[in-house]
Amino acid sequence: MAAHLSYGRVNLNVLREAVRRELREFLDKCAGSKAIVWDEYLTGPFGLIAQYSLLKEHEVEKMFTLKGSRLPAADVKNIIFVVRPRLELMDIIAENVLSEDRRGPARDFHILFVPRRSLLCEQRLKDLGVLGSFIHREEYSLDLIPFDGDLLSMESEGAFKECYLESDQTSLYHAAKGLMTLQALYGTIPQIFGKGECARQVANMMIRMKREFTGSQNSIFPVFDNLLLLDRNVDLLTPLATQLTYEGLIDEIYGIQNSYVKLPPEKFAPKKQGDGGKDLPTEAKKLQLNSAEELYAEIRDKNFNAVGSVLSKKAKVISAAFEERHHAKTVGEIKQFVSQLPHMQAARGSLANHTSIAELIKDVTTSEDFFDKLTVEQEFMSGIDTDKVNSYIEDCIAQKHPLIKVLRLVCLQSVCNSGLKQKVLDYYKREILQTYGYEHILTLYNLEKAGLLKPQTGGRNTYPTVRKTLRLWMDDVNEQNPTDISYVYSGYAPLSVRLAQLLSRPGWRSIEEVLRILPGPHFEERQPLPTGLQKKRQPGENRVTLIFFLGGVTFAEIAALRFLSQLEDGGTEYVIATTKLINGASWIESLMEKPF
Amino acid sequence: MNRTKGDEEEYWNSSKFKAFTFDDEDDELSQLKESKRAVNSLRDFVDDDDDDDDLERVSWSGEPVGSISWSIKETASNSGSNHECEQLKNRNSFSSYAQLPKPASTYSLSSLFRGRTRPGSFQSLSDALSDTPAKSYAPELGRPKGEYRDYSNDWSPRDTVRRLRKGKVCSLERFRSLQDKLQLLEEAVSMHDGNVITAVLIFLKRTLSKEILFRELEVRQVALRHLIHFLKEIGDQKLLLDLFRFLDRTEELALTHYREHLNIQDPEKRKEFLKTCIGLPFSAEDSAHIQDHYTLLERQIIIEANDRHLESAGQTEIFRKHPRKASILNMPLVTTLFYSCFYHYTEAEGTFSSPVNLKKTFKIPEKQYVLTALAARAKLRAWHDVDALFTTKNWLGYTKKRAPIGFHRVVEILHKNSAPVQILQEYVNLVEDVDTKLNLATKFKCHDVVIDTCRDLKDRQQLLVYRSKVDKGSAEEEKIDAILNSSQIRWKN
Repeated sequence: MAAHLSYGRVNLNVLREAVRRELREFLDKCAGSKAIVWDEYLTGPFGLIAQYSLLKEHEVEKMFTLKGSRLPAADVKNIIFVVRPRLELMDIIAENVLSEDRRGPARDFHILFVPRRSLLCEQRLKDLGVLGSFIHREEYSLDLIPFDGDLLSMESEGAFKECYLESDQTSLYHAAKGLMTLQALYGTIPQIFGKGECARQVANMMIRMKREFTGSQNSIFPVFDNLLLLDRNVDLLTPLATQLTYEGLIDEIYGIQNSYVKLPPEKFAPKKQGDGGKDLPTEAKKLQLNSAEELYAEIRDKNFNAVGSVLSKKAKVISAAFEERHHAKTVGEIKQFVSQLPHMQAARGSLANHTSIAELIKDVTTSEDFFDKLTVEQEFMSGIDTDKVNSYIEDCIAQKHPLIKVLRLVCLQSVCNSGLKQKVLDYYKREILQTYGYEHILTLYNLEKAGLLKPQTGGRNTYPTVRKTLRLWMDDVNEQNPTDISYVYSGYAPLSVRLAQLLSRPGWRSIEEVLRILPGPHFEERQPLPTGLQKKRQPGENRVTLIFFLGGVTFAEIAALRFLSQLEDGGTEYVIATTKLINGASWIESLMEKPF
Repeated sequence: MNRTKGDEEEYWNSSKFKAFTFDDEDDELSQLKESKRAVNSLRDFVDDDDDDDDLERVSWSGEPVGSISWSIKETASNSGSNHECEQLKNRNSFSSYAQLPKPASTYSLSSLFRGRTRPGSFQSLSDALSDTPAKSYAPELGRPKGEYRDYSNDWSPRDTVRRLRKGKVCSLERFRSLQDKLQLLEEAVSMHDGNVITAVLIFLKRTLSKEILFRELEVRQVALRHLIHFLKEIGDQKLLLDLFRFLDRTEELALTHYREHLNIQDPEKRKEFLKTCIGLPFSAEDSAHIQDHYTLLERQIIIEANDRHLESAGQTEIFRKHPRKASILNMPLVTTLFYSCFYHYTEAEGTFSSPVNLKKTFKIPEKQYVLTALAARAKLRAWHDVDALFTTKNWLGYTKKRAPIGFHRVVEILHKNSAPVQILQEYVNLVEDVDTKLNLATKFKCHDVVIDTCRDLKDRQQLLVYRSKVDKGSAEEEKIDAILNSSQIRWKN
């Protein structure tokens, strides 16, 4: 089911198995038949680690989504609530439990908090008079969820806001916990590097937690050579730019959730003759996107401009393979052809899907507006006209383009100018408030607090120095056969990934000046290993770096890291972890103020 | 690497559009088409039914059969009774991945939570934390406290915090002195576990006076931030405001207070609330915005009452012809201006609903005003008003056309509102830049403008090209031929 998790340098199936085991153990604690009531947000992430069949083996007979009032009827002994520790969910649970008590045979209630129990929530249940109804109240530490052979995410939506706006460390604590779990499974990571305030705190927590575990010595041979912790606010620029890889664009345009994407169904309608266009499906077409699909693994990280040629080559190969049937003469040959059919059909289906998706994306990327937007983004990132009001942004506001799009551009301009001139900032603010509503003062304040949209202070724009030293803007980009990570944004090399690249070679000492400009401390820690576990690297063997993005990572950054992993003389392979997979839109949205 | 700005500009101008262009567009499009063709031709050969694949089975929506969200629908639908089925239908529309990022329930749960003020809500924390096995933990609260008592009463703050962190329950009540309480807090903070920090803060909040709590937290920034987050979460607005006041964080205080208005649905009450926000210590620019917010809602309430009355009376033509789609309450300023340009364009400046009055009151820039008025009048196809919008008279009485937003924008907006060609043509002609004019004229099929412009440019080649684009035997073709045959023109090519 999850073979693709073991393709990478580090077998992430080990982690998946570990969390599955923990889940089974909990289910077995509640003896007898069960129904699970799900916090709907969790079904997506859970889907990545378990199927219904696993639950069924442990006597889960019914499943519901958590909703107010009564629970649906279910003839089971146990009712298990699987929820995030959120106060508002406690209210619903209490409502369920209270209306349950009044009818039918008594049943056992349990509650499983993901990823952590919360004293606050239990207090709430107590206030509502139902805490005593629960037999098992436990936590399920699903911190890092394996998404792909080289990708882990906590899928914690609020992490950026909590860390950089509220300065609440809870999600950092969960990140540190997740890292401890990883070390328990894959060995102690001997070297920790970091940049940023949150990175520093996570490292501190890890070191402290390790000290508390001194009793049990970790005897697993280390798989990771080092860990790089990166604050998202060290690089606020990258997520604001439009991602231009295939996977990045799918996410920008349709939004990928828990490795699934929903697409408009029209392009996927089966084409039968005489259909007359009737019975077009109205429900969105849902596809899973991960490296288990061979074709997707090949094209996901390419610049979108390089995808068309791959698809057309594939088409030829598949056509040729099907043509083989004419040459199959003997029974043996036919038999062999038939035995390959399922694989060929899968390849054909996959090609059909991605051709359709590429067409959908192309409709967007060839539009005039997309082109104009990209031009402005690239002007900003290469340092042109960042200090005055931009006429394209003005037009977007005048035509009432989506607010998130406008905010993303204004923030990009601000970040590329180390803050906007007060006059420019005031102008944008005024236009935005008058066009979209005064209540957005609150959102603008949040953006300012997060450092995304601010007045220039000190009068110096440091971005050009950062850009030049880290070579963030590359003049010649080869989108088809890239030679540098800048291909993922067709010219802009993501700052975060540049930092990782320079750390691995020649080391951060070469960029001390820039590191001082970027926010937060940079540091290095060592976790000593017993001599028996120290690694002797074979010549030519690549190091494995776990890179953890605190506050979110984009698909384009992941693509850039995969590009570095695949470089022949790169010397480093990356496994990527994050608090949340984000894009500019979902990120800005998480910072917007909504009614309570 | 030290490129000067000039160099950069030069670079940029030379390669501006190279970075992400689709200049091999046809080529790539044809590649896509090719693969599409190949795929389609294969369909005839291979079985069309996806579900028969040997591979993972998926339902049409792509949900892998057997996945959790698929199973929720499946197992739930066995539940039997019709009543349940109906409930399920409702549920099913919710149980798909797309909605997942948002909290799932339909009604605002936190508002429920907030709505109930429960004094002493956290009074019984120690009970919740008492160290009894959950099984024997009866719901009746009347049981003597002694039964829950923690036997090991001598745990240090450090041990207590550790137990809390492991999810074990233990009493905090024993920590009576301020010193003990603060030590407890410091231990919790040093563990970094937000859950435990919050638990200790709840305990302190309940057992310390506000003044002492605030004073001690002021010097403990991490704990302070957790308290602020926690107060926001439970919606204890009053204490939060007190805290900001104590800390002298005035802007946050003002914004936090202002934020409350989002939860007030009744327009009249919302207006009154906004009034209380005026004069709060916002930044200078924000103060003006807040004042405007209040004034705007005040206006909207008046306009809304008036217009609702006019509409239901059925005497006013504009409302009969164009019934209002929604109330104007709580709409942004620009939307309100559009509304007033649509329904109240000719009103005298003295009325609250007149566009000119809005423009003055809110100091709406000329550009913004013209854009909005243009869009509104064009939508009504009031071409005369559009004309008047751009006509200025000088002191000699001559009229002149002038557009602060540029006539190219005027043309785009008119086109969006499907203005007839004659109207479009008039404004395309007013575009100053010749290239832009030619582009727009071609795009919107203003033949006369294209033809005349080519003639003025003496561009014979372009005219010939255009001739191939117009209909055979049309008036345009004739006109082109007449020009091409004219001996008066000295063509440049």
